[in-house]
Amino acid sequence: MDLALRDLGDYIEAALSEAVIAVDLVGDELAVTVHRERIVRVLTFLRDDVNCQFKQLMDVCGADYPEREDRFEVVYNLLSLTHNQRVRVKLRTDAASPVPTVTGVFNSANWWERETWDMYGVYFRDHPDLRRMLTDYGFEGHPLRKDFPLTGYVEVRYDDLEKRVVYEPVKLTQDFRSFDFLSPWEGIQAQLPGDEKAEKDGNS
Amino acid sequence: MAEKQIKNFTLNFGPQHPSAHGVLRLVLEMDGEVIDRADPHVGLLHRGTEKLIEYKTYLQAVPYFDRLDYVAPQNQEHAFALAVEKLLGIEAPPRAQSIRVLYAEIGRILNHVFTICAFAMDIGAMTPMLWGFEERERLMEFCERVSGARMHMGYFRPGGVALDMPAGLAEDIWKWADQFPKFIDDCEDLLTENRIFKQRAVDIGAITAEDAFDWGFSGPNLRASGVPWDLRKAQPYDGYDRLDFDIPVGKHGDCYDRYLVRIYELHESVKIIKQCLDQMPSGPVKADDRKISPPPRAEMKHSMEALIHHFKLYTEGYHVPAGETYTVVEAPKGEFGVYLVADGTNKPYRCKIRPPGFAHLQAMDHLTRGHMLADVAAVLGSLDIVFGEIDR
Repeated sequence: MDLALRDLGDYIEAALSEAVIAVDLVGDELAVTVHRERIVRVLTFLRDDVNCQFKQLMDVCGADYPEREDRFEVVYNLLSLTHNQRVRVKLRTDAASPVPTVTGVFNSANWWERETWDMYGVYFRDHPDLRRMLTDYGFEGHPLRKDFPLTGYVEVRYDDLEKRVVYEPVKLTQDFRSFDFLSPWEGIQAQLPGDEKAEKDGNS
Repeated sequence: MAEKQIKNFTLNFGPQHPSAHGVLRLVLEMDGEVIDRADPHVGLLHRGTEKLIEYKTYLQAVPYFDRLDYVAPQNQEHAFALAVEKLLGIEAPPRAQSIRVLYAEIGRILNHVFTICAFAMDIGAMTPMLWGFEERERLMEFCERVSGARMHMGYFRPGGVALDMPAGLAEDIWKWADQFPKFIDDCEDLLTENRIFKQRAVDIGAITAEDAFDWGFSGPNLRASGVPWDLRKAQPYDGYDRLDFDIPVGKHGDCYDRYLVRIYELHESVKIIKQCLDQMPSGPVKADDRKISPPPRAEMKHSMEALIHHFKLYTEGYHVPAGETYTVVEAPKGEFGVYLVADGTNKPYRCKIRPPGFAHLQAMDHLTRGHMLADVAAVLGSLDIVFGEIDR
């Protein structure tokens, strides 16, 4: 399985050399990073080429990495029934630059892209119907961005006097609590507070 | 008589319609009684599951998966457990795998019984619903006996299952599995050759295999179009490759075939349940790694180490090495995927849930165009839509 995927990765890289940035084989999953503008070409190739035959686009989703220059990642998960293989195609973008839509290649991309737009604010160029998907009518902001608070900005309730649902700023009856249980010894920061000073001293 | 010009008009189907299966708002553009365009508005049940999971440890994220497709909760947990196990590089012990497969199939039966009966009720048959819920109640009792909860089990944990099966449960499930095919036959007596049922379902909302690929179909809906594709066979997980079962495949991809595929899958699931009970290995039900699965209560009473592990696991949780995976299971509704990105901490960095129903509902416009208004209920019922998973 891994060997076949490695071959597939090499094949894709050779055939689409102008579009592919990187091919990674992580465990038994193949991930291909491509240029943003070439995504339609890449997916069309993957769908139609005899050695790929990725006829199904199972999922499109976004991911947010605020520390990167191009903060958003758009991930396409494809499935080939003929070869029983999966491939993950990724591209990077930011809030300002649009991604070409792939609705022309796969019909199923329509809603997935709408959802990605809704959740992250990644704009898809030439999308036939880029409305919000999961959030409320008239919702503002993109909730899955890392800088969007978990509690959101507005809350709704039914107002008995006005006889309608009203939107109000979120009022928490108790402070928002997000406990950081990360052990300082095992956490992501291998460096303990104060360690950087010791290093400087050692060098000088 | 002069020909009259009829203007198209739009019709709101739902969000408060009994056969909208929850909170679907379907805006239909009608030409007389024929549908010109269907535009489903989803998201009325959006709870921000994916955002919430980013703020929870891996263990605390498990119960959110129950609440996606609340008709068959355990199958969603299965996908998450497998995804986390893949990133951790561990595998559940054989007994845990077997129990998981057993309960995943119970989930499949829970789902299919519900879908078949709800579909029948949508198009006018009341009785199957009443019978079906009796069977579902029996199955939920098995869930309760093993995990303490009838529906939202929180039972499939990364590294195994929460508890071992209590004594006597296996025998009771076996007894139930012996009599369950009788229920399927009774249901079939009422529906399969029923004239009214066939008039409402045959050739309604048909989709070809080629279109089904294009719309991202999976599960029974894809198999009804004649594609023999089942992840349990094609990309087996948790020992499905050791079990003997068949994949029913439809022919026309219409509502009736989708119904038939589910009926036959019920038989196959019973087969799998019996094999699981028959070949149930003995041994532990949790991964033998104290950094991931908690120690038994008895051990904590005398071992300091175990007590510390217990405390750390239920506060900080375990750290998952950085990486990403797209892990799928064959949920009763189709391919249920979890795209999990870990950054090395105790919380998922990103957890995208790929619900099968989302893709199926998207094809509503394609399936109902040119059909009559009454067919909307039939197509919707046969697609097996649950809004918990679509809206997330």
